[in-house]
Amino acid sequence: MVEPLLALRGLTKRFGGLTATDGVTLDIAPGEIHALIGPNGAGKTTLIHQISGALPPDDGSVTFGGREITQLAMHERVAAGLVRSFQVTNIFQRFSVLDNVALAVQAGSGSSMAFWRPAAREAKLFREAHALLARIGLADKAASTAATLAHGEQRQLEVGLALATRPTLLLLDEPLAGMGPEESERMVQLIAGLARTCTILLVEHDMQAVFRLATRISVLVSGRIIASGAPDDVRRDNEVRRAYLGDEVPSAAA
Amino acid sequence: MTALHHSLLPRVALPALALLAAFPLVMQAIDQPFYIVLATRILIFALAASSLNLLIGFGGMVSFGHAAFFGTGAYTVGILMVHGVESAWIAWPAAVLMSALAALLIGAISLHTRGVYFIMITLAFAQMIYYVFVSLKAYGGDDGLTLAGRSQIGFGVDLASDVVFYYVVLAIVATLLVLLGRLVNARFGRALQAIRENETRAQAIGFPAYRYKLACFVLGGAMAGLAGVLIVNQNELASPNLLHWMQSGMLMIMVILGGVGFLYGGALGALVLLLLEETLSEYTIHWQLGVGLVLLAVVLFAPNGLLSLARRRTAGG
Repeated sequence: MVEPLLALRGLTKRFGGLTATDGVTLDIAPGEIHALIGPNGAGKTTLIHQISGALPPDDGSVTFGGREITQLAMHERVAAGLVRSFQVTNIFQRFSVLDNVALAVQAGSGSSMAFWRPAAREAKLFREAHALLARIGLADKAASTAATLAHGEQRQLEVGLALATRPTLLLLDEPLAGMGPEESERMVQLIAGLARTCTILLVEHDMQAVFRLATRISVLVSGRIIASGAPDDVRRDNEVRRAYLGDEVPSAAA
Repeated sequence: MTALHHSLLPRVALPALALLAAFPLVMQAIDQPFYIVLATRILIFALAASSLNLLIGFGGMVSFGHAAFFGTGAYTVGILMVHGVESAWIAWPAAVLMSALAALLIGAISLHTRGVYFIMITLAFAQMIYYVFVSLKAYGGDDGLTLAGRSQIGFGVDLASDVVFYYVVLAIVATLLVLLGRLVNARFGRALQAIRENETRAQAIGFPAYRYKLACFVLGGAMAGLAGVLIVNQNELASPNLLHWMQSGMLMIMVILGGVGFLYGGALGALVLLLLEETLSEYTIHWQLGVGLVLLAVVLFAPNGLLSLARRRTAGG
């Protein structure tokens, strides 16, 4: 088997009496779109927090690209290529769409301990930012203030910010949350496109999208991984059906 | 919308600089040298308030202990002079360094807190430094430390002359404001504003927020230290009042009055507040009441400071 890009070993996080993640062990291979599904409150976002460095685990380890990163700060993980997007849109609301992305490109391109040269004159920053806006389908919104974008566009920008740092592994936390069918379709296309350049760990509730995109699926219930495998195997797994999927699973014939 | 770019506004700044350069000549011609001293004081406070605006307006760090760095700069010059160091070339950099060091220590601890806690902890540190200097009887204690004279800069330039001192202060303040303008538009300034705007997001795209905020805090402290160097030379007295929390509050009022996060917000606030103080105190000892009313009006009608009015007008026309 290929060396996993991301290896979680026994990740445990407790909040008082509640065990949000309970010894999660999971491997993400390079090039996968690995979907993480599970009912509300299963601990998916808590897991993302621990992988991205927003929350320290109580127990267990995170290894990324063969290097143990359990103790690294969030910005150090980003520098290593492990980048997340947020479930609740988290962008620089008052800045222009272009500045949002240019900031992310800047963050991913060397130190910002530079005090003299105007960043606005760094053509490379803005060239890259424009290219990225084209890729996420926001080219014509470059000058708009981020807060004025429609919900779906803000979600695209959210993913774009993560993408601008040139991640090796992208953690997408419910990128389709709150989207209409058309917006969802655009986002699914976008994610499918991203998979050509980076590995993706996708947390998502939209099962249509999950089964279209994922190359592997893991199921998290009450803080434990109860199944992990190819989409068809997960779909057929009885325990998964009982715990979670129910009628939502698109039938295998469809 | 908040623009990330902050113009130095040469079309306003250059004429203003020309006016300031001509000011002492006019005052001498009409025999009003007192106003040169007042203008020097305003320039020095413009620098001090601008350094606080860097912290509050660009770094998002509401420090209520900024006087600590202002006073540290002042006392360093005073204490060195007591021990015979009169050269500005030694004392001034040493003072700026001491202020930067104090900012590094205080910032390194305080920046682990946020919001009200940050305000309180910076206030507490500043008050500690205040009481340290009050208790240093060898350096004047309560009464402050009277200087034998102003620092020596050589080259036949005598700071004892108020006019010469004015020009030195003007040159320093103008240079620092240009540097500040460069800084906020450089990579550092953009990263800083991103952190102010949304710290979690800034970290999630890879900005080491703590490191940049601390660097900003130290730069702001150093700049306040330089303002302290100038004020102690102007007054020829290092007073504990320079370190008192009321001084921090005064600087904060200047920033709020002028415009938080506007490049010239601190400078304009210093000008307005000190002119108000000067004019109102001629009529009444309760001049602070008048200042309070003006502050109230600004907060009600231009909550983002006086400079936001100018921006609104340009945006509208």
